[in-house]
Amino acid sequence: MKFSYYPGCSLHGACRPYDRSLKQVMAALGHELVEVEDWNCCGATVYMSVRETVALSISARNLSLAQSMGHTLMAPCSACYTTLLKTQRYLREVPRLRRDVSEALAEAGLPDDVAVRVRHPLDVIMNEIGLDAVARRVRRRLDGLRVAPYYGCMIVRPEQPFDDRDWPTSMDNLFNGLGAECVYFPDRVRCCGGMLTTTHPEVGEELATNILDCAERNGAEVIVTTCPLCHINLESRPRRAKGARGGTGGGPIPILFFTQLLGIALGIAPEDLDLHRGLTPLGRRLGALAGVGT
Amino acid sequence: MAAASNGAAIRPGQLTPRERELRSAFLAEVDRIPGGDRLRRCIQCGTCSGTCPVSYAMDLQPRELVAHFRAGSLDTILRSQTIWLCASCYSCTVRCPAGIKVTDLIYALKRMALEGRVKNDRRPTAVLAKAFVRTVHDRGRNDEMRLLLRYCLRVSPWRLLGMIPLGWRLFRAGRLPWSTGRVRGLKGLRRLMAKAEAMDAVVPREPVQAMGTIGYGVVAERPVAAAGGTGS
Repeated sequence: MKFSYYPGCSLHGACRPYDRSLKQVMAALGHELVEVEDWNCCGATVYMSVRETVALSISARNLSLAQSMGHTLMAPCSACYTTLLKTQRYLREVPRLRRDVSEALAEAGLPDDVAVRVRHPLDVIMNEIGLDAVARRVRRRLDGLRVAPYYGCMIVRPEQPFDDRDWPTSMDNLFNGLGAECVYFPDRVRCCGGMLTTTHPEVGEELATNILDCAERNGAEVIVTTCPLCHINLESRPRRAKGARGGTGGGPIPILFFTQLLGIALGIAPEDLDLHRGLTPLGRRLGALAGVGT
Repeated sequence: MAAASNGAAIRPGQLTPRERELRSAFLAEVDRIPGGDRLRRCIQCGTCSGTCPVSYAMDLQPRELVAHFRAGSLDTILRSQTIWLCASCYSCTVRCPAGIKVTDLIYALKRMALEGRVKNDRRPTAVLAKAFVRTVHDRGRNDEMRLLLRYCLRVSPWRLLGMIPLGWRLFRAGRLPWSTGRVRGLKGLRRLMAKAEAMDAVVPREPVQAMGTIGYGVVAERPVAAAGGTGS
C-alpha cells in the first residue's frame, strides 16, 4: 500500500532516526511512503498561541497538498498529527474559519479540499497492517525484553483517534506480541514537559525526570516513544549516578523510537535504524539484541 | 484585584472599561472555538487543576482561570504565569466533566496576551512563540538550531551557554543539521499567511450572543458609568 508521508520539521532535524527507522520499517512491511511535495511546518502547538487563522491555514496547506496525492496521509510526529486532526475538526465545525482558510489557501493557488485521512504510523501498523502480519516478518524476537511504552500526550489527546486517552495499549500489544514484556507503566500518557524544558526548565525537566523515574522503578530496560519532542526531552535528561540499576547494567535507560525497536525485531541492520545516533547508550542487552558491536 | 485598582468609581457588579474590552475580545475568541461556549457550564469542580501536570507550579490554578473570568478579572488572568506554563497536554480538556475546551481557551488567552494587551516581552514562552513564528515565516519550516538561537538571544545569551552540552551531543550524533530544508513555494506560503493574518486582525469585537450571560455576562456596549449592577 502507498501512503503520503508528512515527516514534519523534527524528523528532518534532531529526530532523523525516527524518519529513517520509520521508512525502513514500512519498507520491510511492504508499504511505500511518498513524501508530500514541498510541505511546510504544521505550526505545532506554538503557532496556535499567536495567530489562530494563520495556524489553521498553514496546517491546511499541508492537508491540501496531501489530499491531491490521493493516499492516506501518515504523520509520525505527535504534534503534527494532532495539529492536522485538529485543523480538520475546526474547519468542519466552524464555517467562518472554513471560509477564511479557503480564501487563504486560494492565495497560494491551492484547493480547499482538506479531507485527506490522517493516520499515525502506530495506528497503521496495529490496525491496518495488523499484529499477525508484523509477527510473521519478525527475525529476532524481543524475548523477555522489559519495555516501557511511552505514548505521550498528543497521539491520544485531545482527539481519541485510535486508542484510549488514559491507558492506550497499542504499543503494549505490539511489543508483547513480538515477545517483549511491557512493564507496568502508569506514566504512559503523562506530559513530558513539552517546550517547557526550554522555556521553564525547572518545571519541564522535573516532568521529564518523573517519567524516567517511573520507568526505572518498574524495571524497564528500554523506553519507547512515538513523539520527537518527548524523545529529546527524555534523552537529554542527565541521569543521576546510581550504580547498578535493575537490568540495565547500571547505565541510563536507553530511549528508542518505537520504530527503532520494531526495526530491531524485524531484523533491520542497526545503522539503517540510526541506533548509533541515540544520546543514550543502548546497553548490553539491547546492543546484543540489535547486533551492535558484536 | 488588578482590575479594581484602576478605576476610582467602579462599583461592585460593574466592569472597568478595560475589562469590558478584554471581555468582548475574549468572548469573540471563544466563539471561534468549536464547543467553546461550554465554558459557561463550569461547575468549579477542579478536575482540570487536579489533572494538570504543571498546576503545582502555577500561580492561578486552571479552575481559577474560569473563576477569575466570571468575577470580571481577565486582566489578572493575562498577567498570570499560568497561561505560559500550559504545555498543551490536553489532560484537562479530555477530563473536564463539562466538556470545556480548557487548552483551547488557554490558547485564546495566550493570543490575547501576545496582542500586546499586557506587557510580556520577556516571558520565555512568549519569546519562543515569536521566534517560532519568525522562523516559519523565513523558511516555511522550523529547525531547532535557528529557533533556539533566536530564542536564547532574545531571552538571555547565557541560556545559549546552558544549551551547548546538549547541542554538542546532538551535533556529534549527526542530529543537528544546519537546516531542515526550505519551502520552495515560499512566496505562495507567505501570501497565504498574509491573507490569514489579515483575517485574524478583523475578529469582530461585538457582543457574542451565543454565550448569553456568564457571571458578568452581558458585555455592555455603552459606558456603564451610571448603570447599576450588570451582574445576575
